[in-house]
Amino acid sequence: MKNSYKNQNIAFFLLFLSTLLIVVPVGLIVLVIIQKGLPAINWQFLSDMPRQGMRAGGIFPAIIGTVYLVVGAIMFALPIGLLSAIYLSEYSKDDLLTRLIKLAIVNLAGVPSVVYGLFGLALFVVFFKFGVSILSGSLTLGIMILPVIITTSREALESVPQSFREVSLSLGASKWQTIRHIVLPNAIPGILTGTILGLGRAAGETAPILFTVAAFYLPRLPKSVFDQAMALPYHLYVISTQVPNVDEKIRYGTAFVLLTLVLFMNLVAIIIRYKFRKKKKW
Amino acid sequence: MVKFEVHDLNIWFSSIHALKQVNLEIRSNEILSVIGPANSGKTTFLRTLNRLNDLNAAFKMTGAVELERKDIRGIDIEELRRKIGMVFALPLPLPLSIFENVVYGVRMQGERNRKKLEEKTEQALRQAYLWEEVKGRMDESAFKLSGGQQQRLCIARTLAVDPEVILFDEPCSGLDPISTAKVEDAMVKLKEKYTIVLVTNNVKQAARVGDRTAFFLSGELIEIDATDKIFTAPQDKRTDGYIRGRFG
Amino acid sequence: MRKIKEFVIVKLIQVCGLASIFFVALIFLFLLKEGLSVFKTVSPFDFSFGKNWYPISEPAQLGILPLISGSLLVTLGAAVISIPIGVGCAVYIAEIAPLKIKEILKAGIELLAAIPSVVLGFIGMITLVPLVKNIFHLPTGLTALSGSIMLAFMAMPTIVSIAEDALYSVPKTYKEGALALGATHWQAIWRVMLPAASSGILAAVMLGIGRVIGETMAVMMITGNAAVMPNSILVPVRTLTATIAAEMGEAVVGSEHYFALFAIGIILFIISFAINVTADLFLQKRQQ
Repeated sequence: MKNSYKNQNIAFFLLFLSTLLIVVPVGLIVLVIIQKGLPAINWQFLSDMPRQGMRAGGIFPAIIGTVYLVVGAIMFALPIGLLSAIYLSEYSKDDLLTRLIKLAIVNLAGVPSVVYGLFGLALFVVFFKFGVSILSGSLTLGIMILPVIITTSREALESVPQSFREVSLSLGASKWQTIRHIVLPNAIPGILTGTILGLGRAAGETAPILFTVAAFYLPRLPKSVFDQAMALPYHLYVISTQVPNVDEKIRYGTAFVLLTLVLFMNLVAIIIRYKFRKKKKW
Repeated sequence: MVKFEVHDLNIWFSSIHALKQVNLEIRSNEILSVIGPANSGKTTFLRTLNRLNDLNAAFKMTGAVELERKDIRGIDIEELRRKIGMVFALPLPLPLSIFENVVYGVRMQGERNRKKLEEKTEQALRQAYLWEEVKGRMDESAFKLSGGQQQRLCIARTLAVDPEVILFDEPCSGLDPISTAKVEDAMVKLKEKYTIVLVTNNVKQAARVGDRTAFFLSGELIEIDATDKIFTAPQDKRTDGYIRGRFG
Repeated sequence: MRKIKEFVIVKLIQVCGLASIFFVALIFLFLLKEGLSVFKTVSPFDFSFGKNWYPISEPAQLGILPLISGSLLVTLGAAVISIPIGVGCAVYIAEIAPLKIKEILKAGIELLAAIPSVVLGFIGMITLVPLVKNIFHLPTGLTALSGSIMLAFMAMPTIVSIAEDALYSVPKTYKEGALALGATHWQAIWRVMLPAASSGILAAVMLGIGRVIGETMAVMMITGNAAVMPNSILVPVRTLTATIAAEMGEAVVGSEHYFALFAIGIILFIISFAINVTADLFLQKRQQ
C-alpha cells in the first residue's frame, strides 16, 4: 500500500513537471517580448514609414496592410461561414452529405498554412489574374479561417434552445423568420467570438500571404485592393532573417505589436464568451 | 360542427410506434381534455394537429388529419399554425420584451403599424387576464414575469394571432394552484370563441374544464366521451383504473 | 413576395452549406493542376526518392528525399518531446489540478495556441538556437533539434486540449468504481482513465503531429534550411513546408521548379488529409 502511494507521488510530480514545462516557457516568451519590445514602442514607431532598408523608422505600412488583409478576409469568410453554419445547424439532416461536410471542415482546418499559400497563388494570383495583391491575400486568408467561423457559429446556433424555435413556428412564423428573428439574435455572442478568433488567426499567419500579397519592402500605403501590401507577420520574418543588422529593438518591437494584436483579439473573444455565458437568460 | 377529423392515424418515430390507429373528431367550441399516463402518446397527438412533429427527422405518419374537411398536409404550414395556436408545458417566453412577445406572430405576418400592434396587445393581454398586471411594463423582458404570468403571456401571444383552435400541452404542470386556477378560468372563457384541446396529466383538471375527455394508453385511444360519462361510467376498465389512480 | 425572398435565402444557405466541400476540392484540384506537370520531366520515383534537390541548376535535379527526411526527422523529434509532455499535462489538468489552477492552465495553453508561428520562430532564433549551439558545441544552432523543440511547443496546445477533452468525457463512474475497489488515484488514472480515453488521446497525438508536419514559418526560421540528407539531429535540415515557403518567391510561374513545389504541396495535402480523416474516425469512435 505504501508503495502504491509512493508511486502515485512520483507520477503526480512528473505530471506536474510536464505542465510546468509547457506553461513556464509560454510565460517566459510573453514576458521577454513585453520586456524587450515595449521600450521600442512609441508613436513614431507605430506611425512612421520604415526607413534605411527597414533598419530604422516605423512599421506603419505593415500595420495598415495587416488591417486591410484581416478586414478583407473577414468580409469574405463571415457571410459564407455564417450561412454554412446555419445550414449545418438548421437545415442539414443526419445523413452522408452532412458527414462529408463536417469532414471537409475538419480537413480545411488541417490543411498546412503554406499549402493555402500555394492554393492562393494558383487560383487567385495566376488563374484569376488578381496578381500579387491584397485581394488575393484576403481571399486566401478568408478560406483559411472559414472552418473557425463555421465551427464556432454552428455551436452558437445549436446552443439556442429548440423550444424557442418551436414557439416561433407554432405562432405561424416561417422557418427563415424563426432563424432571422429568434435563433440568430441569440447566437450573436458566439458568432462574434468565432469571428474575432478568425481575425486573430488571419492577422498572425505568414505562410498564406508569402506569395499572394506580401511585399518585402513597400514604404508607402497600398492604393487599391490590387496593390501589394506589407504585413506585420511577414515584416517580422523579413527583418529577422532576410535583412542583416537590424536593430534588435525594432525586431522585438514588431514582435510585440503583432503579439499584442493577436492576443488582444483572443482576449476580447474570451471576454465576450465569458460575459454572455453568465448573462444567459435561459 | 366538427373542427378536426382524425382517420386511422398512425405515427412512428424511427421504429417506435407512438400512435396506433387513432380515430376521433374534435368539435368546434368545445374543450376536449386528453388524459393518459406518461408516454401514452397524448402530446404526440397534440403536436400532430399543428404539424410540430414534422421537425423531428424520425417522424413518420399514415392516415389523415382534417381541419374543416381539408387534409392539414394540404394547407400552407404557416397558415395552419396561425389557425392552430399552441401553449406549451413550461412557460416559454421568447427572449424579447413583453410587448414583442405578444406581437411576435402578428409581426411575422408583416404587420408594422404600431397602433394596430398596440391595440392587438391590449386585447390579447386582457383576454388572458394579464393586462392589469403588466400594462405599465410593456418594454420589460418577459423573463421578469412570474411563472404564472409568463404562462398567461404565452396564452396572450397565441391569441394575438387570432387562431381558431388552441392546443394546450399540460399548461399548468409548472404552476402553483392559484396560477393554475387563473389559467383554467381563462380557458373556460376562451371556449366561447375558440376550440380547445387540452392535454393534461391532472385528471381533476380534465374533469373541471373538459366538455369531452379522451383517454390514451400506450399510443392507443381507449375511450372518448362526454367528460361526465368518462368520469362516472367509463366503458373500459383501463379508463376506470387510470381515473381512480390505479396506475399512471 | 416574402415567399420568393425566403426561397432565395434558403437556396443560398444550402449552397453555402457545401462551401467547405467545395473549397477542399478546389484546393486539391489546383494543387493537382499545377503539381502533376512536374512528372512530365521527372518520374514520380526519381522525384520521391532522388537524393539531390538542386532546383535551379542546369539541368534541375528534383529529388525530394532530403526534404522528406528533414520533415520526418524534425517531426519525429517533436513527437518524442511533445507526446509525453502534452499527454502528461492533459492528465494533470483533467485529473489533478484544483479548479482555479485548471482555468489558469487552460488559459495558458490557449495563449500558446494563439501565438503566431512567426513570433515563435523569432523567439526560437534568439533564445533556443544559441542555446543549442553552446550546449552541443556546434558550428551553428540552426539544427533539426532546435526545430523539433520549437515544433513540440506548437503541437502541445492541440495535444493537451483534445486529450484533456477525451479524459474529461470518460464517465465519472469508471473512476469511482476503481477508487471504490481500493485503487489509488494514480492507479485509477493509469489503469482505467487512460485506457478508456485512449482513442481520443490517439486522435490528439495525431492532430498534434499533423500540426507539426504542416508548420512552416517557425521551422523555416530555425532549422537552417540545408537541403541535404541529414545524418544526425544536430545538423541543419530543410522540411517540405520550408522548401515551398523559401523557394516559391523565386520560382518562375510555369517553370519546372514551380511545378515541383506544387507537387510537394500535393504530398502535404494528402498527409494532412489522411491524418485528419483518421483522427476524426477515432474521435467519432469515442462518441459512440
